[in-house]
Amino acid sequence: MNPFSYARPTRIDEAISLFQPDSRYIAGGTNLLDLMKENVVRPAQLIDITRLPLQGIEETAEGGLRIGALVSNSDLAWHPLVERHYPLLAQAILAGASAQLRNMASTGGNLLQRTRCYYFYDSTTACNKREPGTGCPARSGLNRIHAILGHSDACIAVHPSDMCVAMAALDAVVHVQGPQGERQIAFNDFHRLPGEKPERDNNLTDGELITAVELPASGFAEHSAYLKVRDRASYAFALVSVAAALKLDGGTISAARIALGGVAHKPWRRAEAEAALVGQSAGDAAFNAAADVLLQGASGFEHNTFKIDLARRAIVRALTDAAKGVAP
Amino acid sequence: MNQNSPTAGGIIACPITIELNGQTRQLEVFPWTTLLDLLREQLALTGTKKGCDHGQCGACTVLLNGRRINSCLTLAVMHDGAELTTIEGLADGDSLHPMQAAFVKHDAFQCGYCTPGQICSAVGMVSEGRAQSLGEIREQMSGNLCRCGAYPNILAAIEEAMPETRKTLGAVQTDAQKGVREVQP
Repeated sequence: MNPFSYARPTRIDEAISLFQPDSRYIAGGTNLLDLMKENVVRPAQLIDITRLPLQGIEETAEGGLRIGALVSNSDLAWHPLVERHYPLLAQAILAGASAQLRNMASTGGNLLQRTRCYYFYDSTTACNKREPGTGCPARSGLNRIHAILGHSDACIAVHPSDMCVAMAALDAVVHVQGPQGERQIAFNDFHRLPGEKPERDNNLTDGELITAVELPASGFAEHSAYLKVRDRASYAFALVSVAAALKLDGGTISAARIALGGVAHKPWRRAEAEAALVGQSAGDAAFNAAADVLLQGASGFEHNTFKIDLARRAIVRALTDAAKGVAP
Repeated sequence: MNQNSPTAGGIIACPITIELNGQTRQLEVFPWTTLLDLLREQLALTGTKKGCDHGQCGACTVLLNGRRINSCLTLAVMHDGAELTTIEGLADGDSLHPMQAAFVKHDAFQCGYCTPGQICSAVGMVSEGRAQSLGEIREQMSGNLCRCGAYPNILAAIEEAMPETRKTLGAVQTDAQKGVREVQP
């Protein structure tokens, strides 16, 4: 790791005013320190935000939850209100990483974790995300774990989070504060597709800090399921994951959410796929049709075209589990 | 921070105080020193192992404020005021911690390199109180790899030591925490 200076502010405005272009905020550090050891990220200053007042999980006036950015992944997954009202979120979080990492990793940091693309992590290779303009070796290289949706000529990396897939499906809102003040970003507008600027994972601007993530009142607690498909039973990133949530009126679907992980540069949702389910009878026919819409335009590379079929089947299974109202 | 504090690249080491295995330690650390390197290099507490140094193997697991973490992926300077327990702090004098004794009894290792991390992780898991079945123990111990493949014995040791370990924690137990049950897959 290269030397850097260290600051430990106790106020949010103090942390933001300390931020320089070569600074990084650090909370859990589980991804940032890993990247610093690999020389992928080389900050001149770390601003330790763990002493800022960004803890706690509170019910909102609207009946939702406001989750402080510093709440650890394990505290969030095991919070009684999350277990009861947002089981989809609890399942997704517990499907990710290991117990040790979930104890350290923060809610805000989970949103900001970087792709695990091999080439991004290997500073001896080209990578448009790490060094813009150098090229993307993954396109013709080892691309088994890469994107099948929303990729660009410049980048085929995927976002690695499980938690974010559930938050996308639940229509969470990200609260941020920066040099220009406070704003809220709808979850689906938070992360971005790579396009020609794969170096940008999200729509935060310099110095902006995530302060909280807010969940709306409806957690689809009665009919939701998170399905993660990976190379080993635990402690591995998703090849494909699905967050599925339904509201059922008898056997008829009155509302639906589907988000995919492991397939794109951001959690993948498509309003048309969800709309296609509404008014339909919950079952294979409707689920397959929705999967077709959600996967429209999917295209793979040499080693990952299997993900298209895998995703279709995972979508149908997750929706089936959600409809049953039991955990997969 | 004082005038005699070490410097590197113009950056002065930062003073921190931690409660380490029951002893208050006042230390000076550079910002880039991981908790793992502090333990092993500065304090010669080499029970905590460096396996991958990337949070993938769990050999460096310690208990920070009672919670299991990977000491390789956190900076020592961030933990001013924290309470830290390493494998060296688990035994009571010559009397092994129940989890340590169970690992010996069940021969829950071959080379032993992952063992301190396995034991600290298992103690942390018991204190979390979320593992009730063998399947749940397996899942919640998945952050600790054993390249010798001693998993069946590790699992047996943890299962046996859970009730005694709970007593050492002195925590209030819920019904769900009281017993291990084998559930059908």
